[in-house]
Amino acid sequence: MGRLTVNLCGIELDNPVIPASGTFGFGYEFAQWYDINCLGTFSFKGTTREPRFGNPTPRIAECPAGMINAVGLQNPGVEKVISEELPKLKEVFHKKVMANVSGFSVEDYAYSCEKLDAEEQVGWLEVNVSCPNVHGGGMSFGTDPKAAAEVTRAVKRVATKPVIMKLSPNVTDITEIAKACEDAGADGISLINTLQGMRINLKTRKPVIKNVMGGVSGPAVFPIALRMVWQVCRAVKIPVIGMGGIASAEDALEMMMAGATAVEVGAANLADPYASKKIIEDLPAAMDQYRIQSLGELKGDC
Amino acid sequence: MKQQILRVTENIRIAENVYKMVLEDPELEEQKPGQFINIRINGLYLRRPISVCESDPGNVVIIYKVVGKGTEQLSRIRKREYLDVLTGLGNGYDLSKAGDHPLLLGGGVGVPPLIKLARMLRDAGKEVQAVLGFNTKAEVFGEGAFQEMDCKTTVTTVDGSYGVKGFVTDALPEDYSYFYTCGPEPMLRAVYKATCTSGQFSFEERMGCGFGACMGCSCKTITGYKRICREGPVLEKEEILWDD
Repeated sequence: MGRLTVNLCGIELDNPVIPASGTFGFGYEFAQWYDINCLGTFSFKGTTREPRFGNPTPRIAECPAGMINAVGLQNPGVEKVISEELPKLKEVFHKKVMANVSGFSVEDYAYSCEKLDAEEQVGWLEVNVSCPNVHGGGMSFGTDPKAAAEVTRAVKRVATKPVIMKLSPNVTDITEIAKACEDAGADGISLINTLQGMRINLKTRKPVIKNVMGGVSGPAVFPIALRMVWQVCRAVKIPVIGMGGIASAEDALEMMMAGATAVEVGAANLADPYASKKIIEDLPAAMDQYRIQSLGELKGDC
Repeated sequence: MKQQILRVTENIRIAENVYKMVLEDPELEEQKPGQFINIRINGLYLRRPISVCESDPGNVVIIYKVVGKGTEQLSRIRKREYLDVLTGLGNGYDLSKAGDHPLLLGGGVGVPPLIKLARMLRDAGKEVQAVLGFNTKAEVFGEGAFQEMDCKTTVTTVDGSYGVKGFVTDALPEDYSYFYTCGPEPMLRAVYKATCTSGQFSFEERMGCGFGACMGCSCKTITGYKRICREGPVLEKEEILWDD
């Protein structure tokens, strides 16, 4: 075991760094920048039962220390992800990948998860009950403990692989949702998805984003994400993946000191295509600086 | 696609709110007309995509308009500073369809990508005509570059303070073999309607990454969903689907 090795729901990762869904496509875009096999794993683009175009443009806005997106789960649908995207990914990524799944009904979630669970390349199912950019789905399942538990149970019934529930920060008490998922059989929790936000164009006096609201990500949300990860790690016993504004090896270590088993890196990949790779490369020196022998020793007892 | 640290060797105002910047590095490859570069700007999170105006191996010229915080800050970069730039982004124009006397239609900062395009078409022996549209005389630039290349060049201004009064579509020549255009969307829509041949359009969109990862700049086309940053920014007339 290397000093960066972590165990995520029974599968060993060479390091804890996982590019987050929606910021890494199906991997091969980034394989043009670097060999993505250096990653712990990555979470692929949120996949739904049917193909989706997503929201009208503009979908992107700048904000202080971050960005807002309202992409709206553009993806080719689970059938095409399996028949077209996964074979392309296989050529450039030789580790288990995390399949990110979203839906508009409990049946949708179960359908897509069952299909992806059967794929040999898929190591984990990350179930997104937290997309803020679609109506009548996504986040509406992640803001109600009963609905989150129902999705968890439905997915667990069809899944043979670890099920990680990805939670929304747009709730009053995120620990309540996390506990409901754990009680319903979830194998792990990942958080946070983006925080709802908006910008207005002063010249046009209209929202910058066509969909009005979008999800805020980037360093701006890091302290909020860290706080929520800390809270959830104290509320559940299952592994937690921390994410939200991580931009450096130091940020990753903070997340792990808060109790996260692994970390996801999101918006940083868009601002700098090498961001995740650099975090991995910077981890050993940062660990030396803070006298951390191995990541396994960070138990979240801060 | 490459990430490169480029040296700014020039950054000057050439018209009202319009600046020309030259960036150099010995390892910089020649950029294609219609491609863009994505520039990291201190203090801002997202890079700013700017289309290529001229490029040879080792250097790239951009012409940009100050429209917000990012471009305002870019305008204050001084000579000898270095910028973190993603290069070689987007598809660029396809020159093979030009025919023997293509027409170039540019509006405002949609003019710069047509300058390198004009040079390459002329070098390929084409007889190039250009119509360049601006709001007003103070914003006019680029006319000289086209004239130096012996392109038959017409300038239009909306207020009539220079050249032909009106829009580029008010000064279309009668005869051309094909067209290439870049400019604000209302202009592109007007060009779409007013032109009588096939052609290529370069589009602008707010981008997250600029290299195809985030799906921030997607659009619908006759041939399926495309990313402006990756399968674009240049689309063929026949595949365009306008919103609404």
